[in-house]
Amino acid sequence: MAGFFTSRLFFVSLALVVVAATLPLYVSGYVLGLLTVAFYFGVFAMAWDLLFGFAGEVNFGPTFLIGVGAYTAGILNAQFGWSVYLCIVLGALASVIAGLVLALPALRVRGPYFGLTTLVAVLMLQNFVVVFADLTGGEIGLTIPDVITINAGANYWIALGFMTISAAILYGLSQSPVGLVLQASGQDPVQAGALGFNIVKHKLAAFIVSAFFSGLSGALLVFYFGTASVGTVVDVAVGVNVIVSAVLGGRRTVLGAALGAIFLIVAGEFLRPTGELATFIVSAIALLVVLFFPGGFLGAALSREARS
Amino acid sequence: MRAFQILIDGFAISALYALGATGFTLIFGVSGVLNLSHGAIMVAAAVAAWAAASLLNVGTYAGALIGVGVALLTAFATYFAVVKPIQDSRRIPNEEKEIFVLTGTLLWGIMIQELIAYFFTNNAKTVLPIVEGVVDILGVRTPKNEIFTAIVCCLVIALLWLLVNRTRTGKAVLAASMNPRGVTLLGLELTNIYIVVWAIYGILAGIAGVLLGMFLGVSSYSVGPLTASAFSIVVLGGLGSVSGSLIAAFVVGYLETLTAYLVSPAYRTIPALLLLVFVMYIRPQGLLGRR
Repeated sequence: MAGFFTSRLFFVSLALVVVAATLPLYVSGYVLGLLTVAFYFGVFAMAWDLLFGFAGEVNFGPTFLIGVGAYTAGILNAQFGWSVYLCIVLGALASVIAGLVLALPALRVRGPYFGLTTLVAVLMLQNFVVVFADLTGGEIGLTIPDVITINAGANYWIALGFMTISAAILYGLSQSPVGLVLQASGQDPVQAGALGFNIVKHKLAAFIVSAFFSGLSGALLVFYFGTASVGTVVDVAVGVNVIVSAVLGGRRTVLGAALGAIFLIVAGEFLRPTGELATFIVSAIALLVVLFFPGGFLGAALSREARS
Repeated sequence: MRAFQILIDGFAISALYALGATGFTLIFGVSGVLNLSHGAIMVAAAVAAWAAASLLNVGTYAGALIGVGVALLTAFATYFAVVKPIQDSRRIPNEEKEIFVLTGTLLWGIMIQELIAYFFTNNAKTVLPIVEGVVDILGVRTPKNEIFTAIVCCLVIALLWLLVNRTRTGKAVLAASMNPRGVTLLGLELTNIYIVVWAIYGILAGIAGVLLGMFLGVSSYSVGPLTASAFSIVVLGGLGSVSGSLIAAFVVGYLETLTAYLVSPAYRTIPALLLLVFVMYIRPQGLLGRR
């Protein structure tokens, strides 16, 4: 861990954050808006990578945790008029509770079964949103009266700061003794258990941390958008983007997941002139990376550094 | 009267679910591949059948055949362009190949979905049915197409059972699912067996897709839900167990039909999802699955 502060990765990250922080001074509000969303997605992807990359569990339901956080915050604000900051905190809390409820049955099973349990959770949440339309706004979406701020630059700085702090905590956690136990249990649960580590307890902790950051990010995103809808925070397709981001950026790197998310959203926007083919092209690029650079962007870069 | 209607409608949808899930579970059982482009292959078959019959006027039979053919080709493309490169890759650690196959086939499915949306729009397409008209069974008016769907599904599943249990090729496939390395010791090429399995899979997914297109209609939006429902049925039945997924298909099919008729179509999928969570909790390996 101490070695990180002298590593090249640290200086590159620091330089990137500093450069990113100056962007509002000379970039249009449109680009800032795009990056703001990308940063929140970056946190989704990093939180997912903590669970997958380190605990070896394919969570198909990142949007269950994101959606619970987003909708809790949105509903409390829209239906009860509670203050934005209280709603954000309660959204993150609700996500942690939802994460616990999901983790208890899900962690009893492994591999594809775990994946399916988490997928079902997303489908249930989606059904819930549609069935309880009075509360959630149904398929049209929920309009949120309050926002944190309407200043594009301020929103951008909030998102960047939030992503940077989240990245620091999640990366630190992944390199800590807890993270190492998680990694060991992801690769060989039997041996890790034989060494006396309580794997279930560690995975549960990873799930809760992952849920906390997903929910917090989802709640913040809702107060940036001013709306909550199935298509933006719950849909399986959104979850696919989160997973693809993490794999694209480099699984087990945490920081790579954020890079992957930013790439995915910015690339999608650049390809907008190609119309309906944009998603096709992004998916094709992602597939090529999966096939030819299985370590992802950061994985490829790091292995080159390690060799040289 | 209503009970009888639920019985008939539930049977048709359950048979279709069973056929849709059989190929998916077969591939998993033999080669451990969870193919998340499954829904996309089914929709590709239905859209091809629709396009051939409605745009090119080749007739319903030829259209259906073209649909199955497209599914077969797509299944081969999935195996050779996505699954095999990942399985053969030296850069991917063995214990992570499963997650890479999942991610790879997922992306591949999205690519197919987007191409369909690009060339044929997102609108729902209904494949012209091979048989038309309505029959009266004990007072319940049932479309002939629904009965046709149920019969074809049952026939195809029966044929598959015969193929696997009564032919030499089928026995090789069965052997490969039990002990892949042992099969290579007997001088059989594992890749050849996988190609046969993917061919069977392509045909099964193609028939299921075309029938679905005739029965309910499909659009590029159906891709995700179709994969998810096949996945849930297969997991409910127990991964790799064909008989398990048959039972699960009928349980889910009837549960959905009952809910739609007795409660409300809006709640259609909820009880099945709840049941799935419940079964996973008390019996994580599924109804007939082995651990």
